[in-house]
Amino acid sequence: MNKSSPDTSTSNGLSHSDLAAAMERNLKRRYRSERRFKAFGIASIGVGLLALLVLFTEIIGTGMGAFRQTYVTLEVTYDTEVLGIEAVTPESLALANFDGIVRRALLNQLPEVTGRTAKRQLYALISYAAGYQLRAMLEQDPSLLGETRKVTMLADDDLDTYVKSVRADDPFIGRLSEPQVEWINQLEAQGLVELKFNTNFFTSGDSSEPEQAGILGAVMGSLFTLIVTLALSFPIGVAAAIYLEEYASRNRFTDFIEVNINNLAAVPSVIFGLLGLAIFLNFFHFPRSVPLVGGLVLTLMTLPTIIISSRAAIKSVPPSIREAALGMGASKMQMILQHVLPLAMPGMLTGAIIGMAQALGETAPLLMIGMVAFIADVPGGITDPATVLPVQIFLWADSPERAFVERTSAAIMVLLAFLITMNTMAIWLRKRLERRW
Amino acid sequence: MKKLLALTLAAATTIGASSAFAARDSISIVGSSTVFPFSKVVAERFGKATKFKAPTVESTGTGGGFKNFCSGVGANSPDMSNASRRIKAAEFEMCQANGVTDIVEVLIGYDGIVIANSIKTKAMMLTSKDLFLALAKQVPNPDGTATTIANPYKTWKDVNPTLPATAIEVLGPPPTSGTRDAFVELAMEGGCKKFGWIKELKSSDKNHYKEICHIMREDGPFIEAGENDNLIVQKLDANPNALGIFGFSFLDQNSDKVQAAHIDGEAPTFETIADGSYPVSRPLYFYVKKQHVGLIPGIAEYLAEFTSEKAWGDEGYLTEKGMIPLNSAKRKKIGAAVKNLEVLKSL
Repeated sequence: MNKSSPDTSTSNGLSHSDLAAAMERNLKRRYRSERRFKAFGIASIGVGLLALLVLFTEIIGTGMGAFRQTYVTLEVTYDTEVLGIEAVTPESLALANFDGIVRRALLNQLPEVTGRTAKRQLYALISYAAGYQLRAMLEQDPSLLGETRKVTMLADDDLDTYVKSVRADDPFIGRLSEPQVEWINQLEAQGLVELKFNTNFFTSGDSSEPEQAGILGAVMGSLFTLIVTLALSFPIGVAAAIYLEEYASRNRFTDFIEVNINNLAAVPSVIFGLLGLAIFLNFFHFPRSVPLVGGLVLTLMTLPTIIISSRAAIKSVPPSIREAALGMGASKMQMILQHVLPLAMPGMLTGAIIGMAQALGETAPLLMIGMVAFIADVPGGITDPATVLPVQIFLWADSPERAFVERTSAAIMVLLAFLITMNTMAIWLRKRLERRW
Repeated sequence: MKKLLALTLAAATTIGASSAFAARDSISIVGSSTVFPFSKVVAERFGKATKFKAPTVESTGTGGGFKNFCSGVGANSPDMSNASRRIKAAEFEMCQANGVTDIVEVLIGYDGIVIANSIKTKAMMLTSKDLFLALAKQVPNPDGTATTIANPYKTWKDVNPTLPATAIEVLGPPPTSGTRDAFVELAMEGGCKKFGWIKELKSSDKNHYKEICHIMREDGPFIEAGENDNLIVQKLDANPNALGIFGFSFLDQNSDKVQAAHIDGEAPTFETIADGSYPVSRPLYFYVKKQHVGLIPGIAEYLAEFTSEKAWGDEGYLTEKGMIPLNSAKRKKIGAAVKNLEVLKSL
């Protein structure tokens, strides 16, 4: 460049100052586009976070109500005449009219209620679970017969929804009649209606009455299903990954297998359900709706995920470790079991946990094998009929009863808590155990 | 050697496992999603009140239920199938062909299908003819000849001058749903038959008759809103001009948000559905495999619970869930037939 005459034109007809200005502009433009590029990234994350925030506030906002449940406290007399029994024996308990003493207690509290229809409406305020509760109490303590006790009983879902809506300053009367609302207000004025923590929600199975419905059945079902899935898919997946990485030679056949594994990872999950129906139910004659079959189907679904992540983990172990082990005289099996596997384990576990989290959220493959079902009993093993958490959410979302709306959201919260725990565990394991070279 | 051992072991467990499963100790029920809520209440109460395990109830849809139910006899097939319509001849034959020869039919009650809008506006006074004209793909030519034209109606006022001038917008279930089948058969066909020349077609050209009466319009005013009735209720709440089609129990539970349209002068209530004056109602059934009685514990007791007055009676717990009960004479007759496990001979 010509230093002495800054005004002389350069070959393309621009002066030096022009060139500097142009470069300045160019530089500014590049900085601007850099900032824009960054802003796009931040905006994308912002949109994601906003969506998450909306989802969480919506779910937590509707779901919190389900953790509290309305109870009504009444003076119950274990009247032998109403119960229709003389002594407490297993046979007499089965025949005793426990609903009768609940009804008597309600009438004692609100004596002005007369007439068949009105009484029926009054009786509907207490959940029918109360009769079973009183039965259990009498069974435990036979001396209660003939005595009067204050008993806190589960309220019906209509009453529960009304009381909660009144406390939230947005009264919802729904299916309640005018006298029913009046009676509830009277009970409330006497301090007999209270909201307590809903332990029932965590200790019972599904029910068609929202006030008695709980998620324990679904949680246990998910647990049994995942145990079967983990017990099968982890060893099989790891063994397959070891063979493919450490033993198999690269040829057309292994390429073919690799393509197929990647393909299987992308197959829609409902197809695994159809496969499960054909193999496990129709051929092996396994029963419908059991976690054992659910676990087998989900194993088929999670295997590709586990194989792929295990292979990646094995691949990331440096060859020098293998060579050193072999050089010290270890056999190939010793080299793999004592050196490669421990080093690859964090990656494999991470893959397994992510696979399990995916399996926990599945409903489609379970539809075909009958796990999308109403099951009142809490399952006690892998061959008891069971359902799983996402299915429970689906079933409640589809129920007409208003009180199931908040329970649906509460069940979603429980599922999310499990998923967050599992994913955090995966990250923690990776951070904690990962070795870098 | 080791391999052989492992293989035998695997085979032994499989055989052992499958034979252990041969005896199922809880009742398995499949079928209609409309009967599902009623079936599960009985199942739950039955499980609580007796020594038997609570039955497993799956909501597979009526058709899917029969497919499963008729697949054979034995612990691996369901014991009962719920249905929101009567079993079809083809399904009955499939059952017979697969050895399911002894079927007990139980009519349990009725279900109403309502067409409703948000309570923020006025309730609609519709006739089945209005519904047909508003929602069919082909409607009779207004010039009076026996021909059809593509549905030209945009607002309710176009259909019937007494109705408001709001755009026709109806949310309803997809064709896979039993609610849709019943709506088409009862409301649409009911309105369709009001035209004399179409009614005559039924005997002369049945296919053409079905084509006119059963096909819903696809140009926008009828919107398929999915199987979830709760979702339809929410959408109606958000859009006061829209109407929605769903089951009576959802109306019962959401009376603060939606109100039902009167059809042919009748509002859907327990009474009008039970006595048949509300035109869009359908019978609900379940079917039992008699061959499983004695094989699976508790079937007879479950039937006794379902057909007891405290369950399906006028004031039984099933009415709490929105089922419309049969009249007491029918209940007595069917209850006795069920007790004797009378087999369905033919349709």
